[in-house]
Amino acid sequence: MGAGHMGPSHRRWHTWIAGVATLGLVMAGCGDSAGTADAPSTGAVDTSAPEPTDGTDSPSAASTADEPATTGSEPVTVGMLTTLSGNAAYLGEDTQKGFELALDLAGADNVELVVEDDTQDAETAQGLADRMISRDGAQIMTGIVFSDVANAVVPTVLEQDMLYLSTNAGPSTFAGSGCDANYFSVSYQNDNPAEATGEWVKQQGHENVVAAAPNYQAGQDSVNGFRRTFGELQNEFYTELGATDYAQTIAQIRDEDPDAVYFFYPGGMGIAFVQQYIESGLAEEIPIYGPTFSFDETLVDAIGEAAVGLENASFWAPDLDNPANEEFVAAYRDAYDTTPTNYAAQGYDTARLLLSALEAVGGDVSDTAALREAVAAADFDSVRGDFSFGTNQHPVQDWYILEVVAGDEEGDYTNQIVEQVLDDHVDAYASECSLDDG
Amino acid sequence: MELFLEQTLNGLQSGFTLLMISSGLTLIFGMMGILNLAHGSLFMVGAFVAADIGARTGSFTAALLAGVAGAALAGVLMETVVVRFLYDRDHLDQVLATLGLVLMANQGVQMVWGIAPRTVTRPPWLEGSVSLFGLDYPIYRLAIIAAGVATVVVLWWLIHRTKVGMWIRAGNTHRDLLGALGVNVSLLYTGVFALGAALAGFAGVVASPYLTVEAGMGDNFLILSFVVIVIGGIGSIRGAVYASLLLGLVDTWGQTYLPTVVGRLTDPSTAAAIGSSLASASIYLAMVVVLLMRPQGLYGAPRG
Repeated sequence: MGAGHMGPSHRRWHTWIAGVATLGLVMAGCGDSAGTADAPSTGAVDTSAPEPTDGTDSPSAASTADEPATTGSEPVTVGMLTTLSGNAAYLGEDTQKGFELALDLAGADNVELVVEDDTQDAETAQGLADRMISRDGAQIMTGIVFSDVANAVVPTVLEQDMLYLSTNAGPSTFAGSGCDANYFSVSYQNDNPAEATGEWVKQQGHENVVAAAPNYQAGQDSVNGFRRTFGELQNEFYTELGATDYAQTIAQIRDEDPDAVYFFYPGGMGIAFVQQYIESGLAEEIPIYGPTFSFDETLVDAIGEAAVGLENASFWAPDLDNPANEEFVAAYRDAYDTTPTNYAAQGYDTARLLLSALEAVGGDVSDTAALREAVAAADFDSVRGDFSFGTNQHPVQDWYILEVVAGDEEGDYTNQIVEQVLDDHVDAYASECSLDDG
Repeated sequence: MELFLEQTLNGLQSGFTLLMISSGLTLIFGMMGILNLAHGSLFMVGAFVAADIGARTGSFTAALLAGVAGAALAGVLMETVVVRFLYDRDHLDQVLATLGLVLMANQGVQMVWGIAPRTVTRPPWLEGSVSLFGLDYPIYRLAIIAAGVATVVVLWWLIHRTKVGMWIRAGNTHRDLLGALGVNVSLLYTGVFALGAALAGFAGVVASPYLTVEAGMGDNFLILSFVVIVIGGIGSIRGAVYASLLLGLVDTWGQTYLPTVVGRLTDPSTAAAIGSSLASASIYLAMVVVLLMRPQGLYGAPRG
């Protein structure tokens, strides 16, 4: 058989290989992004179009023309570069919602927000950042979700003597010796959630613990962060980034028979891992612990009933008891009809920090040094309650252990604080940073 | 020993899932010579439709039927609107056009169903686990293996025992003659495309209770299916069966035992990372070895 199509079949082969290779390249291009890394979007697609309502002119600045909250002659242009497409789109969307809500509530008409979708791609992000600065006249940049994107874009921003306020990504790049006077992290340093989890697992009296994480930089960093507070691990398992089936890792965990499991699977990977772990029946014997990235309000809704009771570490929870948080959660539910995620809280806090600094300098951002000082003062009511910047301009904050609980409505799940696990926690890199005016 | 048994079952299960996807892909390629990169999108569409219908009706059976039908319909749409015009075109054009479909599908499901990830609830009678030689193994994963075996049997019957199967086999080798014999080739092509799409959709629904239903979820599987049909021999269903099971087992065993092997040479933390990377590469190594020994794949038609 097959004698008839010798020629075409020969040619087919080459195209096949070429096809597989092309596809592999496309996937790999997206694959090495951090977090939920199997994002389908490619760098070539500029998907800034799907969010026209929240686009260039901030609805808050335009719609609420009441009393200006602060005195300023011209509005300040803030460039928000964030991930609004692909699997991780909700992270950026929530950040933006939180940020805009803060502007709305303050009736701030001195801030013009320019939003672009970085498609979770470092190269696209760099191009967009350049455009936002040169064409749109962005004076302050913020919003990046993923650390690899931040590593690519932030240095360009800092070079131009502009402030960068990080709403999420907290790579060690800008926390230790590479810290910068113009860089502020309003979220956390990437290792912190793992450190908080490690402390908690140790306090629970677990001795033999194994770790599971995707095989890439952030996964290994997370396991190292856990080890920093917990101590030595019995074993660690690394899976392919973006993997969907964790049966073989779970079989290995069963074989190791540890006291507890630490895992770091952000986004969709977390849903898959948690569901499969529970399905395996191991959850009743060997508890799992992880950072909040696998348990945010969007993900626990997807995992459903099975997630109830699982413990995770975060710097914030919807039920954190302070007036600023109460106001935030109520206003957010009112505006968007859903419970805010930590990403929304981070966006909200960043906007409020910025507004407090703008008020202090009278809306004048031309003097970077003065603005920097005003931001560093962190003179705002954070939804976290206790909040200040350390010497490397990363947060010094408390960490909590949360537990997934059923929400008010059916099918709705949320997180509740179990207890505080770290007090005024400073990240591990701060001592390597030497800024003149801390 | 328990670990080995569990990992072998895991390997078989992932192999059979892969088989359901790659058999459709190889069927379409063997019959029509179409390089369909959007095959993984059909897997995804099946899962999304099932998640939607499952959430509305609460019935897994309804979700399964709707998911398979949805993927088949999407396949028909894809064939009649785009793929039909590519039969006589260069493979590069096919790659470009179907890659475009991948991007559209990934964005499309987000426009229809939103950006939040979803799941499909498994039927209650497939929940929990059974004891096999002292090992508690999830019933649902055994059910996937059973579904995979059933797929193989049905496909074998369809291709070797029915008239449509005869046409499909004829189309593989003597495409031009088929039309001359009075077979409605255009309709047959659409039908085969729909069948391949339905198989992908079936895999999508069956896998979704333990996967995350999200945009791009089929892309990883697509790359693996390519490896499967290159190893198995393009167009050969039998090759796809053996290659899928081979890949499933090689990958699972590799992930389990390679870190231990590497661990003899370096510290555990590095070994875990290196072992995992090696295991990911092992399936591609398997592909290289097979291609060196049999360039046409295990069951491909020999060329020259």
